[in-house]
Amino acid sequence: MFDSLSSKFASAFSGLRSRGKISEKDIDAAILEIRQALLEADVALEVVEDFTRKIDAQSKELLHTLQAGTNQSQAIFDVVNRELTEILGGGARRIRFAKKAPTVIMLAGLQGAGKTTLAAKLAKFYKDQGETPILVASDLQRPNAVNQLQVVGQSVGVPVFAPEPGNGVGNPVSVAKDGIAFAQSKLHSMVIVDTAGRLGVDAELMQEAIAIRDAVSPDEILFVVDAMIGQDAIRTAQAFLNGVGFDGVVLTKLDGDARGGAALSITAITGRPIMFASTGEKITDFDIFYPERMASRILGMGDVATLAEQAKKAFDGDSAKKLEDKFIAGEDFTLDDFLEQLEAMSKMGSMGKLLGMLPGAGQMKKQIENFDESEITRTKAIVQSMTPLERRDLKVLNGSRRARIATGSGRKVSDVNALVDKFTAAQKMMKQVRNGGTIPGAPPGMGGMPPAMKKSAPPQKKKSKSGNPAKRALENG
Amino acid sequence: MGLFSRLVSKVRGTSTASTLDWVEIETELLASDLGPNLVTELLDAAKKMRGDDAEVSIKEILRSKLSSQSRELALTQSPCVVLVVGVNGTGKTTSVAKLAKFLTSSQKKVLLGAADTFRAAAVEQLQTWGDRLGIETISGKESAEPASVAFDSVQRAVAVQSDYLLIDTAGRLHNKNDLMAELGKVKRVVEKVKPVSEVLLVIDATTGQNGLSQAKIFSEAVVVTGIILTKLDGSARGGVALAIENALDIPIKFIGTGEGSDDFAAFDAESYLDGLLA
Ligand SMILES: Nc1nc2c(ncn2[C@@H]2O[C@H](COP(=O)(O)OP(=O)(O)OP(=O)(O)O)[C@@H](O)[C@H]2O)c(=O)[nH]1
Ligand SMILES: [Mg+2]
Repeated sequence: MFDSLSSKFASAFSGLRSRGKISEKDIDAAILEIRQALLEADVALEVVEDFTRKIDAQSKELLHTLQAGTNQSQAIFDVVNRELTEILGGGARRIRFAKKAPTVIMLAGLQGAGKTTLAAKLAKFYKDQGETPILVASDLQRPNAVNQLQVVGQSVGVPVFAPEPGNGVGNPVSVAKDGIAFAQSKLHSMVIVDTAGRLGVDAELMQEAIAIRDAVSPDEILFVVDAMIGQDAIRTAQAFLNGVGFDGVVLTKLDGDARGGAALSITAITGRPIMFASTGEKITDFDIFYPERMASRILGMGDVATLAEQAKKAFDGDSAKKLEDKFIAGEDFTLDDFLEQLEAMSKMGSMGKLLGMLPGAGQMKKQIENFDESEITRTKAIVQSMTPLERRDLKVLNGSRRARIATGSGRKVSDVNALVDKFTAAQKMMKQVRNGGTIPGAPPGMGGMPPAMKKSAPPQKKKSKSGNPAKRALENG
Repeated sequence: MGLFSRLVSKVRGTSTASTLDWVEIETELLASDLGPNLVTELLDAAKKMRGDDAEVSIKEILRSKLSSQSRELALTQSPCVVLVVGVNGTGKTTSVAKLAKFLTSSQKKVLLGAADTFRAAAVEQLQTWGDRLGIETISGKESAEPASVAFDSVQRAVAVQSDYLLIDTAGRLHNKNDLMAELGKVKRVVEKVKPVSEVLLVIDATTGQNGLSQAKIFSEAVVVTGIILTKLDGSARGGVALAIENALDIPIKFIGTGEGSDDFAAFDAESYLDGLLA
């Protein structure tokens, strides 16, 4: 999200940067651009006005105190970054655990915000940290919401308390209450209560949410909100705050291209921090929300921290080390190693999302969007159709072997040929590097890169050690 | 007090409203999700008008932004195939049910196709609606290809001579190329049997400016012929739909105003415009 916002900021500040010495008028112009960008990003006008007023005052103050010759535009950039981070939550807050288990988390929000999927993601997230969560199906309204929770609960191996069928049958308040009792009796350390979506203006349903709240005394009420929401964000957030109340916010569907200005609005208006971010349909597309990272992302500085973390998670230390040792020992990088890399890359999540986290990614938006995820799967299929011998020694690949591999992987022989050629070239390049040559920007993983990516390689600011984003993040992180 | 009455009481009789009034008016217009560009245009035009004319002028400009395309559902041939598409959680499945009810109440024979084979319990959700409404719902085996379910549905619709076949599809974010390609495939496969006469994009009224991007990219993938604007029963006014009509000439055909199957109506421009300026 925030892509266009970051490019707007970038253009506002490139104007400033190119000028060296900045006047008050330059600041006014930049602020106008920022104002427009924020409005296009759906930030509420009152929040925009407040934000730009602060930037204006602080920037102009800096102008007078800054020594001539120092980098004024950088200083102003820092002001914007700091203010943005502050509105976005200042610092990430973690869930408050109950002194006496179970910790109860209640989800609330509009219809279609993504609560049910999120419930499962939260459960998985805390299960991985050693908690023993249980999901409670208190959305008895939407047809088959209970089923949906049961299916996603099962997929993450978390029990679901669902005594009522839903579809309008059953009392959500008693289900929630019984859910807590059940969790206590089974010694679950955490209870996550899914509730029906409701409108801020629906007094009756808000009352029901309040009744659920009073029945379960949650340690955290999370307001779940779609990142694509527009100006209604502040009205709805205010209505939920005054109604059932909430302690934190979860932003969903952040993998879309919405600029997500609502995030700014909601935190600014309600003072409640955004705690989690949901970034895809897969259960693992979920993380703690990092205001600093998001601010950096808005400003076009890329979300390198997140990338590095995901890379570390995916490439378990062993295989990375093994690869490094091999490299140092002068052994050949084989297709087996390559396959391992591809698998680690798929483990890290969607390639487009990974690339989007890189600095300067705003400029290569088009390529990122057109990145064909299935290319990796197809490449993997080809390698997997090879025998161990073939993977170790490409030279044995004669015509009939190639034809067999093509049939086995459902690809054309020309696809197999292309992969072999690219890989051989990459191997050669690795050798050159080892012997003291330089890499002309070609990563070992290049076989998986579709042509579109290669033709227009991203303009990199810094010379990086590896062209493979995942590896590079490892080296830097 | 609505924006209009406020606006009118402020600018009536005077040549211009004060700066403060204009800020207030701008705030209100922006709050409808019309987007900053359209709002700037409206304000510029209104500021040139005298007094009472500003009122008429703003509404006139808004009306002129509406698409001139027909808002009727096409019934080009039988069965008329309607594909319902959109991002996650906008109300596609519910809208399919509502539209089915809407059509059956005018004596049309309707069939439902459950082509959301991705989201957990999505097929059952549509099935439940079908059962409630007494309408046959076609679904595939577990984790079937959406295109193959759509294909089976259209064949069934031909066989039983339905007037309409409404196909529910999985929610997908428009910036996911693979998922958009999958949608294109659903349409192509259906068209091996019958042309798709309507592709209805479901837009949630709470959506902000991202709605424009949704409409644009869905249109590129499957040529959207109309919009269903849902959740107008909330506090959101759904102004982005007008921005979409203006930018892409796609008409809003229906609105959703609640969770029940009757909370649905054909689009009415006047009440929509009044809502925007409420
Ligand atoms: N208040 C209100 N709620 C609605 C309206 N239309 C749909 N909903 C609710 O919005 C939620 C999501 O609706 P669905 O029909 O499941 O949405 P969908 O687009 O099919 O969702 P996915 O298939 O998961 O992408 C449900 O709780 C519906 O009851 C409406 O017009 N007003
Ligand atoms: Mg659905």
